[in-house]
Amino acid sequence: MGRIFAITVVIIAIASAIPIVLHTWAPPEDISTHGHAIDDQMKDTMYEAGLSFLAAQLLLGLFIWQNAGRGKQDKLKTFPGGAKGLVIAALVLVGSEILALGVLGQKAWASVYFAGPDKDAMTIQAQAGQFAFYFRYPGADGKFGGMHPDKIDEGNQNFFGLDPENDVDSRDDIVAGELAVPVNRQINLTLHSKDVGHSFYVRELRLQQDFVPGLDLAVHFTATKPGRYEIVCTQLCGLGHYNMKAYLSVLSQEDFDKWLKERAQ
Amino acid sequence: MATAIHEPPITTERPTGGNGSPPAFPPHEESLRSVGDRSPEPARTGIWIALAAIAMSFAAFISALIVRQGSPANDWQHIAIPGVLYFNTAILILSSLTLEVARRQTASFIRAQGATRNQALAWLVATLGLGLFFVAGQYVAWLQLRSEGLYLATNPNSSFFYLLTAVHAIHVLGGLGGLARVIRRLAPATPILRKSTMDATSYYWHFMGILWIYLLFILVLKL
Amino acid sequence: MSQEAAHHGPPTSFLRKYIFSVDHKVIGKQYYGLALAAVFTGMILSWVMRFHLVWPNAAIPGLQWLSKVGAPGGVMTPEYYLSLLTMHGTLMVFFVLTNAPFAAFGNYFLPIQIGAEDMAFPRFNMMSFWVTFAAFVVLMSAFFVPDGPPISGWTAYAPLSAVGSDAGPGLGMGQNLWAISIALFCIASLLGALNFIATTLDLRAKGMTLMRMPISTWAWFITSCIALLAFAVLLPACLLLILDRIAGTSFFVPGGLMISDRLQPHSGGSPLLWQHLFWFFGHPEVYIAILPAMGIVSHILINSMRKPLLSHKVVIGSMLSIGFLSYMVWGHHMFLSGMNPFSALVFSFPTLIITIPATILTLIWLGSLYGSRLQINSASLFALGFISMFVSGGVSGFFLAQPSIDIYLHATYFVVGHFHLVMGVAAIFGIFAGTYFWFPKMSGHMMNETLGKIHFWFTFVGAYCIFMPFHYLGLAGNVRRYSSFVDDYLQPLLPVHKFITIAAFCTGAAQLVFLFNLIYSRFKGAAAPDNPWNATSLEWTIPSPPPWNNFGDKHPVVYHDPYQYGVEGAKEDFTMQDSPERVPVKS
Repeated sequence: MGRIFAITVVIIAIASAIPIVLHTWAPPEDISTHGHAIDDQMKDTMYEAGLSFLAAQLLLGLFIWQNAGRGKQDKLKTFPGGAKGLVIAALVLVGSEILALGVLGQKAWASVYFAGPDKDAMTIQAQAGQFAFYFRYPGADGKFGGMHPDKIDEGNQNFFGLDPENDVDSRDDIVAGELAVPVNRQINLTLHSKDVGHSFYVRELRLQQDFVPGLDLAVHFTATKPGRYEIVCTQLCGLGHYNMKAYLSVLSQEDFDKWLKERAQ
Repeated sequence: MATAIHEPPITTERPTGGNGSPPAFPPHEESLRSVGDRSPEPARTGIWIALAAIAMSFAAFISALIVRQGSPANDWQHIAIPGVLYFNTAILILSSLTLEVARRQTASFIRAQGATRNQALAWLVATLGLGLFFVAGQYVAWLQLRSEGLYLATNPNSSFFYLLTAVHAIHVLGGLGGLARVIRRLAPATPILRKSTMDATSYYWHFMGILWIYLLFILVLKL
Repeated sequence: MSQEAAHHGPPTSFLRKYIFSVDHKVIGKQYYGLALAAVFTGMILSWVMRFHLVWPNAAIPGLQWLSKVGAPGGVMTPEYYLSLLTMHGTLMVFFVLTNAPFAAFGNYFLPIQIGAEDMAFPRFNMMSFWVTFAAFVVLMSAFFVPDGPPISGWTAYAPLSAVGSDAGPGLGMGQNLWAISIALFCIASLLGALNFIATTLDLRAKGMTLMRMPISTWAWFITSCIALLAFAVLLPACLLLILDRIAGTSFFVPGGLMISDRLQPHSGGSPLLWQHLFWFFGHPEVYIAILPAMGIVSHILINSMRKPLLSHKVVIGSMLSIGFLSYMVWGHHMFLSGMNPFSALVFSFPTLIITIPATILTLIWLGSLYGSRLQINSASLFALGFISMFVSGGVSGFFLAQPSIDIYLHATYFVVGHFHLVMGVAAIFGIFAGTYFWFPKMSGHMMNETLGKIHFWFTFVGAYCIFMPFHYLGLAGNVRRYSSFVDDYLQPLLPVHKFITIAAFCTGAAQLVFLFNLIYSRFKGAAAPDNPWNATSLEWTIPSPPPWNNFGDKHPVVYHDPYQYGVEGAKEDFTMQDSPERVPVKS
C-alpha cells in the first residue's frame, strides 16, 4: 500500500500542476500601467513555488516507494549530508528565493503605494456603503463639496450627504453609480466608507484596497484599455456583500467628456 | 522497571543512530538528573507564567490606549486624575511591605526559626485589610469622576481610566482571594500552608503593586 | 524527584471519575469529545454552505427548523450563509484546532511522556475544560437566538461587529454571545497553557532532561508558550469589543457612520486597532494549530520508520524559531488594510523568513524517510499525508507573503485554499494520525485497520479534490465570503464550485467511517497490548489504558533519548526510554 500511496502523491502533484501550466484559470488581461510588475512577480513566484512543490511531493513519493516495507534485515541508512546538509540546503534555497522575490518584489509594491499621484492626476471620490459603490466627480470648479453624514438621503439620491444649498463647492459635483475614466489618464481615487469596512477590487487593474471608516485613503492607477470591468467588494460588509459591485468604464477621452457632460446637467 | 543501573563494560560509549552512523543525540553521560535534584515547586513556576500573561494583557490595553490617543478625530480630552489615587498608591505600597514581613515571618515559622504563627497571621491580615482599603479607595476615585460627569463612555480618556483601574482592581481582588487562602491554611492549629504557596501569592501581590505604579504613571502622563 | 502535585487518591464517585475529574487523562478525553462535537457541527455547516453556493435557490430540507428567519422554507438567505460561515470558522479554529491537537492529546500524553503522575495544577486543568465547555455552549446558543449567529466572520472586524444590529442580522445578541464565548475560551486556554508550561518545567521524571523529551512534548510546550501570550491579547480585545457594543465606548468605531439610516453614536475609534489586536493573536493562533500536529506527526513517523529523525536538535530548534517568528508577522493579514504601506514590507520579511524553519522541518522529514524501514498503517499514512498537505498548503503561503501579489490574491479563494490546506487538512491529519496511534493506549482497544485505511484514502484524495481547486478559483479572482456568485466573471467558475461541492460531500461521508470506527472500536475493538507499535517513549511502558496515576507506584527513571530505534547490537530494533540497556559502539 505504501507504493500505491507513493504513486498517488505523484499523480496528485502532477495533476495539480496541469491547470497552472495550462493557465486554465488565470488572472484576466492586465489593463494597468503598474500591473505588469505584479504579474512578473507572480510568474516568478509560481516557478519557484511550483518547482518546490513538485520536488517535495516527488521526493516524498520516491522515498515512500523505496522504503515502505523494508524490514529488519534491511540496513538503516542516513541521508547523505545528514541534517546539516539539509539545513544548509534550506537556507540557501529559501534564502535566495526570499532575496530574489522579496527584495525585487518590493518594487512592484512601491510603484503602487510609495509614489503619490501625479500632479495632473484626475481625482475621483469613491464611496462604499452597504451595499453599493458611488462615485463623485468634482465638476467644473474642480472642488469637492463637504460630506455631511446626517444629510445622507438615499431616497433622494443624496448618497454623499451633500449640502448644495449652503455649500457652493458641492453644487456642481457629479455623482454616478459607475466609475467612468478616460483611458491612459492617471486617476487618483479617494476612498471613503459610509458605514463599515469595504474594499475596492478590479482584477484587470491589479488593484485592491480596503475602505476603512474614519480613514482617508486613496489609490492611483492608469487604465490602458477601453472596456467595461467589474468592481467588486472584497471586505465582508454584511448580508449584501456578495452583490455589492459597480462597473469601471474605461472610455476614450472624447467619450468620457461626453459622459461627464451628460451627467453634469 | 530497573532499580539498579547496570554498569556497561568499559568501551567508547556513544549511542548510535543506527548503522554506526553519527549519533543523533547529545552524549548520554551528560546527566542522569541526580537524586538530590529538586525541581522548583510548581506554584512558584506557575505564578511567573501567570504574571507573564497578565503583563501581556495589560500591554495590549496600553497599546490600545496609545493608538486611540492618536485618532484623527482628535478627541483626546485631558481629565484630572482624582487625588485619592495617590493615597491608594501609598496604601498598596504599604500592603506590599506588610506582606513582605508576613512572608519572612511565615518562612521563619515554617522552618521553626523563631516567629510564631500568630505574628505571621497578623501581618497577613494587615495586608488583606490594606488591600481591601485599596479597592475601596479605587471605588472612591470612580465616584469622584462620576461626580464630575465623567462616565465610562463620556470620552476616550475616561473610558481608559475606568478600564485600566477596573481591570487592575479585578486582579487585586483575585490577589485578595489568594491571601485569604493563605490565611485559611495558616490559621488552624496544624497549619497546612506550603512555603511555595506563600511565596507565589506574595510575588503576585507585589506584581500588582508594581503594575499599579506603572498604570498610575500612564494615567497621569497620558490621560 | 517527582512532585507531589497530584495529592489526590483515585476518584470513587461517578461524578468525580467521569465528569468533574482532575485526572489529566479524563480531561484529555473530554477535550477530544468536545472537539469531535465541534468538528462534526463545523463539517455539517460546510456541507450546507457548499450546497447553497452551487444551488442557491434550492431548499435544504430541515434548515427551516434551525432558523425560520434565516432559511424560510429551507432556502438559505444571504445573511444566514454568513452566519453559518462565521460559526464554521469559529468552531473549527477555536474548538477543533486548538482543542484537539493541543488540549486533548497534550493533556493526555504530556504528563505521561515526561514521566509525571498528572499535570502540575489538576484542579486548574479541570476548570480549564469546563470553561471551554461553557464557551462552546455560549457559542452554540447563538444559533437559537431570534436573529441567529453573527455575520461578521470568525475575524469579527469592526465596525461591522461593533455597532450592533443596525449593521445586519445576527449582529445584536448573536455577536454578544460570540464575544463572550471567545472571552471564556481565552481564559480557559490561558489556564491550560499555564498548566502545560509548569508541568513541563517542573514535573519531569528523573533523567528526563529537556532534550530527552519526545518531539510531541516539545511541540506542546512551545505551543503553550505561544498560547499564553496570544490569548492574553485576544481577551482584552474581546473586552474592548464588548464595551463598544454595550457600554457606548468608541475603541474601534469612528464617528460619522450612517448605518440603516441611523447615525451611529460612536466617535474617534479605530477599526485598524481591532485588526491589530485580533491578528496579533490570530497569527500565533494558526501556529498553535499546526505545531502540535508537527510534533505528533514527527513522533509517529519515527516509530513508523523505525529510525529517529536526522537531528532532534534541528527539529526542536525549527519549532522554536517558528514559535518565535510567529509573533512578528501578523501584519501580513493587513497589507491592504490602510496601514502605512512601509509596514507591509516590514511584515513581509519575517513572513518569508518563517519559510526557512518550515522548509528545514519538511526536508528533515523527507531526508529521514531515506533509508528507513517504513511501516504502513493508518497512523503512518496520515502522518505521511500530513507532509504532503503541509507542503501544498505552505507553498501557497509564499505567494501571499508578498504584498504586491497579495494586491491581487487578497480576499480571494486562494487565501481560503491556503489556510484550509494547512489548517483544515494538515492539522486535522495530525489529529487523525494521533488518534490512530494513541487510541489503543487511551481506550485499551485497537481501531479497525481496514476502516482506517478506507478513511485515509477517501480523505486524502478528497481533500485535494476540494482544496486544490480553491487556488485556481483564487487565481481567477473569485472573491471569498460570497453567499452566491452573481458577478459576470464568476459565472464560468461555477462548474469548478460544483466539483468542489461534490468532493466535499464525498470526503465528509468518509469521516463518518472514522466516527463509526471510533465508537465501534471503543466497545468492540480487539484488546490492545501495552505497546502495539513497538514504540519507545514512556506512554508505551504503562498499561492500555493507564491506571489513574499513570505509572502506578513506580516513578519512571529515564536513561536516554526517547527515540532509540535501530541501534545496532541492541536486542530488538527499539529500546524503551526507561530501559537501562546500553549498547557499546563497535570499535
